[in-house]
Formats: sequence, structure tokens, C-alpha cells
Amino acid sequence: MSKGRFGKFGGQYVPETLMPALAELEQAYEDAKRDENFAREFDELLQKFVGRPTPLYFAKRLTELCGGAKIYFKREDLAHTGAHKINNALGQGLLAKRMNKTRIVAETGAGQHGVATAATCAMLGLECVVYMGTDDIKRQQPNVFRMKLLGADVREVNAGSRTLKDAINEALRDWVTNVRTTHYLLGSALGPHPYPTMVREFQSVIGREAKQQLQDAEGKLPTTLIACVGGGSNSIGLFDAFRHDDVEMIGVEAGGRGIESGKHAARFAERGIGVLHGTYTYLLQTDDGQVRETHSISAGLDYPAVGPEHAEFFENERAGYTYATDEEALDAFQKISHYEGIIPALESAHAVAEVLKRAPKMKRDEIVIVNLSGRGDKDLQTVMRELETGD
Amino acid sequence: MNRIDETFNALKNKRAALMPYLPLGFPNIQTSRELIRVAQDAGADILELGVPFSDPLADGPVIQHATQVALGNGMTLKKCLDLVQDARANGVTIPLVLMGYYNPILQYGLKKFARDAVEAGADGVIVPDLPVEEADALQDAAREVELHVVFLAAPTSSDERLKKISKATRGFIYLVSLTGVTGARNDLPEGIAAFVTRTRVVTDKPLCVGFGISNAENAKRVAHFADGVIVGSALVSKIGEPENAVESARGFLAELREAVK
Repeated sequence: MSKGRFGKFGGQYVPETLMPALAELEQAYEDAKRDENFAREFDELLQKFVGRPTPLYFAKRLTELCGGAKIYFKREDLAHTGAHKINNALGQGLLAKRMNKTRIVAETGAGQHGVATAATCAMLGLECVVYMGTDDIKRQQPNVFRMKLLGADVREVNAGSRTLKDAINEALRDWVTNVRTTHYLLGSALGPHPYPTMVREFQSVIGREAKQQLQDAEGKLPTTLIACVGGGSNSIGLFDAFRHDDVEMIGVEAGGRGIESGKHAARFAERGIGVLHGTYTYLLQTDDGQVRETHSISAGLDYPAVGPEHAEFFENERAGYTYATDEEALDAFQKISHYEGIIPALESAHAVAEVLKRAPKMKRDEIVIVNLSGRGDKDLQTVMRELETGD
Repeated sequence: MNRIDETFNALKNKRAALMPYLPLGFPNIQTSRELIRVAQDAGADILELGVPFSDPLADGPVIQHATQVALGNGMTLKKCLDLVQDARANGVTIPLVLMGYYNPILQYGLKKFARDAVEAGADGVIVPDLPVEEADALQDAAREVELHVVFLAAPTSSDERLKKISKATRGFIYLVSLTGVTGARNDLPEGIAAFVTRTRVVTDKPLCVGFGISNAENAKRVAHFADGVIVGSALVSKIGEPENAVESARGFLAELREAVK
């Protein structure tokens, strides 16, 4: 009876009040998919509002430094509002209009999804409320200000771990209360069906472009794809176009202060499975089934569950999952700033950390595409503080 | 026969059942143990016993807080079952229904949970984040040991969904009075009587109304058209201080009991 499964993962574990809303959303999404006008409007806005296609950039100096595989960056950091999040925010924003919902609620961790949602709502004339954990508000001040400038009502969530998980709880509570007028614009490929599928579809433009761009540049497929995995939307967006190809896919989770420390967000490293926020997936939890607090230097990866399609990819080994620690991410953050003139988001720096480990061991005719999912301006404060106290 | 069914049979055509909610382990474990017996003595017909979860997304601030306190007191699902067992040993004979989110139950093991819950003396379980579509495994486990799985219906549920819920639920249907989270409201939600009427058309199961019922006056009004009146947050907010939790609960429950007579 259950819907929206990826193997045994996924589903719709939500209060009854929301079940009709999920059905309505699924129907609207299915209708929109068949509607050429919707596709045309979405594509046009992706070009003119978001600035797509984003470039596929050959990282020459980093490639020389590593001395192995050729490294390409998919430059989602150059998308409007500074991250891949806008692709999905725009898609769902258009869908909300289609459903005649006048009010949007969203959660945000790093603030990138909140900013993307606020910008989309401003452009489409929708009311926008963004829930954000107190701790995240502290570490992502520039994005908080950006959201406010864009007209969003940013609401502080001072509960639980005061991060992304708690912001989602609060957004869901708002949605349950205002479900008739409100669309919940969930920012990652997680939560109850149809979100994981719908968010993937809106993000799959990343992989489609990258595939074509690499074909134009090199005339072949990449050997390996690398992307960071919080909820998993930038990674699934890159992977999707290559899922049936002979291409290795690597997701990088937040190793925080190391797995042994318990202070991390590496769901696949601990292998617990459970239900959080409407979906059955890999989950960091106690023996009693309470959700654990997570830690990562990057707010966007600081989340105890992972999108259910990644859970399936892990289980059937279609993708490999590893992690980078805070320290490795910080190191990668500085390296690509120095070597390529690009300041990445701390989230994306986790993916860069992995390519720094992997590329030197690969052959020179092999190619890695790293999804540079966002830019790092929002993280300057955090990095400054870490570099001062770190050494 | 399951105690829940016995209770509704006995009250049929007489009056509505008073169904208070107590979060297990709140304000502390000892007081929580005491409150169960106090609730029965004050006239509760059925008790809902909350199992704490770290992320109670259907709950408002009052029950969120109680949940955090309970977890801080070291409550686990196992300890919740121990409290149920203690209650039975302490002379509690009314139906006891556990109410908790899915993940702790899932981690405990569905079969083991159903068996241990019944063994401890529980009669039913309500899982607010488990809609009928996802409940097959829990229902199978519960059916074997005659633990009732009670489902919720919401004002947004279509008639078709209400039929599905009616078919799946055992004991009664928990009607969520409003679109929203748990928490006391001053006024009864509009349209609640109409929602009960709409549900009556598709079911002959007892209909119990919860969410937002904050005082005796509102309980009385709901008791006119529903088979059970569920009071959660309003009670929880009266038992926060361990020193006078028992007295406050006794007084408030007596008022509520008077209201549903």
C-alpha cells in the first residue's frame, strides 16, 4: 500500500492531516510534468533567473597539484543565490502557484535553501516563512540578512539541537497547521513521498548539463562523480543523469570531529536505519530510537538522516559513500581558494576533500567531476574563527 | 475482550469517555507512576500514556517540553512499559493506550513491542506519524496479541480516507479536532461537530476527539456529540511541578469528569 519506495527505503510516515496534502502535491506534480507550459516556464526561468547552464570548469592547477585524474568542477556556486538550491526552490515555487497556495514555508540549515526560497517567493509574489535553528542563525548571519532583504520572515527555532533537524520539525508543524493555504517547500531529496523524487527531478538538470558539457569538452563520460551529501539533493541531482552509465558515484558525508568522537553526521558510517521526517532511511539514533544530535562544521550537512534514494544506492552499491572531517573540509576550502580562485561553501569543500584524496591515485586519462554545490561567502566567519582558534 | 472495547460497550448510550493524556516520565518518574493511579481514581475512563520521542512533530510546545523533560529523566520505551506494568500492579484496571512516534517502536522491534506491551498490561497503541498506508507491519504484530492499533483522522481526511481509517482502526477513531499540532486553545475549533457527523456516516466505531480541548466547558460541549473526550496539553501544563502535580491533576480531572457525566 505504501508509496514512494526506493527499494525498502522512503515512504510517507506523516500525521494523517498531511496525507491529503501529499496526495494533492503528488497529483499537481504529475500534472505539471505532463504540461509543456510548465516545462517551458521552468526552463526559461532556469536560464534567465538562475543563470543556467552553470559552467563545467576544468580545474587545471588542482589537477596538476594532485597529479592524477583530470578534475572538473560543476559550478553550481555560480547559480543565482549561490548554490544549487535555487533549482528546486524555483520548481516547487511554480508548483505552489499551480496549486493556488499563497504561502510558502521552508526550513534551512546553511541558509542556502532559505535564500533560494526567499528569492523565488519574492519573484513569484508568494508569502515566505523560513524556519532556522538558533545555532545555524548564529553561524550563517549573512544568509539570515539576505533572507530578510528578500522579504522572508525568518523564524528562530530554539529546540532540540537548534539546527536543520529542528527547523524541519517546526516547518512541518507550521504546514500541519496551515496546510490549506501553505506549501511546504522542502529543500532536499528527503522527507515523505513525493519530495525525494520531485526534488531529484528538479535538481537533475545539474547532471544532464554536466554530461553534455563533458561530452563537448572531452568526448566521453567521466570516470567518477563526487558530491557532498547532507540530505542529498546536489548529489542526487548530479548522479541522476549517470545512473545507468558505467560511472562511479561517490557521496561525501560530514565526518565532523571523527566517527569515534560520535560528533559527526556520517549516517552510512554507523549503519542505523529508522524513520525521521516522514521517510525510512539511514539515521543516526540511540539504541532506544531517539534521534541523535549531529555535528558538522557545515550547517548544510548537519542532519541525522539521509535521502532515501541514497539509502538504496548505498544498499545496492550503486554509489559509494565516505566522509570528510571538519579539518579535511577546512583544508580543502583553503586549497581550492589558493589554487583555483574559487571560495567554495563548506558543504562543497567536503566533496573537494575527497577529490584531493582520490585524484592522485587515478590515471591521467581518467576524469572526475566534483559538484561545487555552493559558494563560500556565507562561511567566511566560521572559517575565520576556526583558523584563529584551530592552530 | 480488549478493555477498550469493554469500556465503550459499557458507556454506550450513557455518556462520553474521559480520556486524559499523561506523558510518561513527566515531571519525574515517581510522580508519573503516581499520576496514573490518581487519574483512574479521579474518574478517567481510558488513559493515554505518552512515550517520549526526540522529534515530536505533531506536538505543540507543552508536550514538546514534557517530552524533553521525560527524556532527560532517562525515559525509554522499555521504561514506559515498566510504568504500565507498575500501574497494573498498583490496582489500575482502566484501559491504557500508549501513544508514541514510530521510530522508538520500530527500533524496539514491532513483534517484541506488541508482545511486551500486552504483557505489561497495555490495551492499545496510537502512532501519530504512522498513517494507515504504512501500518501493515505494526498491525500484523499487534493483531497476534490483540493489542489495538488506533488510527487518527483529521479534518483534511476525505470520506474515502475516513472509510479506510475506520476499517483499519481497532477500539476507536482518534479525531484530530483541527489542522494543527497538540496544544490547548481557548475556543473549540469550528466545524468539529460537523467533522464528527461526517465521520459517523462512514463508521460505527467510537469517535474520540482530541487536540485543543482546554477546559471543562469545552469538554462538556464535545461530550454531547463524541464518544470520548481527549485532554492532553491542558492537563500536562498543570502537572509541571512535582510538588503539586498530583493535587492539580486530581482537581482538574474531577472537573472534567463532572463535565462529561
